[in-house]
Amino acid sequence: MLASFIIVFREVLEAGLIVGIVLAATVGISRRAPYLWGGVFAGVAGACLVAACIGALSSAFAGNGQDLFNAAILCFAVIMLGWHSVWMARHGREMARQMQDMGASVTSGETTLLAMAAVIAVAILREGSEVVLFLYGIATAAHLTAFAIIAGSALGVAAGAAVSWGLYRGLLAIPLRRLFGVTGWLIALLAAGMAGQAAALLANDDIIPAFGYQLWDTSWLLSTGSLLGRAMQALVGYSDRPMGVQLAAYTATLATLVCLSKWAGRPRILSKQES
Amino acid sequence: MTHDLRRKMIAVAAFACLASSAAAAPPSVQLTLQDHKFTPDHVQVPAGARFKILVTNLDTTPDEFESPDLRVEKIVVPGQTITVFAGPLAPGTYAFYDDYHPETAHGVAEAK
Repeated sequence: MLASFIIVFREVLEAGLIVGIVLAATVGISRRAPYLWGGVFAGVAGACLVAACIGALSSAFAGNGQDLFNAAILCFAVIMLGWHSVWMARHGREMARQMQDMGASVTSGETTLLAMAAVIAVAILREGSEVVLFLYGIATAAHLTAFAIIAGSALGVAAGAAVSWGLYRGLLAIPLRRLFGVTGWLIALLAAGMAGQAAALLANDDIIPAFGYQLWDTSWLLSTGSLLGRAMQALVGYSDRPMGVQLAAYTATLATLVCLSKWAGRPRILSKQES
Repeated sequence: MTHDLRRKMIAVAAFACLASSAAAAPPSVQLTLQDHKFTPDHVQVPAGARFKILVTNLDTTPDEFESPDLRVEKIVVPGQTITVFAGPLAPGTYAFYDDYHPETAHGVAEAK
């Protein structure tokens, strides 16, 4: 039971941290619930689909199918997060002000909600397919301990979701005028981490050059094998043994998102909106 | 006659090229998962070089070959063989496991 709890909890936590940030970053956008729930359901359905096709996916592209697929959906999520950053830079301040005045969600933003729903779907799909395959294995093996394992898995989902909800509520404790500044940085770090992971996946299969397979080793300090290490990997893209190309993709993405936000949120546009 | 000899020389040169490129291909180790255990569960890999690990799953349920130390993570469905690349590694021992059955399926790669 404990083993299955740990496996499921870890995967749900990794996806849940991303979902928690997305929830906090979309606070104040009206009618967000159907979009975000849609993202959750699309992610779960996608996870089942990927799990069902994993054999074919693995052998596709000369055996690099899994890595190519993961890199592709990570890149897609990075673009969606970038989209949201630009949107937020344009609307964040006005949104925070309206929320302070009226205490309600007033700003509409269908396109950015779609983008954020896609990010949720990708996060759940990626980690969820591993959970689905794990549970499928138990279901087909059907040994005596199956009940304990399923109970452990259910607890794992609940605990992972609870941490995700806790992160969301914790972020909401940040004063409104600062909240979107904080979530902006979290989104940028999230995107940078995803870009870095995508680059590492491709470099590991020798599809792109690695520019150094191991720049440094901080596994003695925080190993990505540990729960905290994996959480940090999901949140800010921490890697204990980064590749050169991974660091380059990380830095470039972070710089791009920060510059995009600055550019999109420059005062000229704000004053035009206010007039 | 000389024409024939030249042809032979070209063939020998081509063979030498093939042989050297085969030598340059990364070395590989084969692991098999059966009854949720690795065979072998202790492998030697070259230190300071890229190498391949092939993992075959002979069980009836999916496995996930994983090692944060080797920086690999890949699902293996029943009956399938997957390939992952790792290294270059500093000399030492590196743990790997099947994430779905970590209690029984684990092993060590020793880089020398």
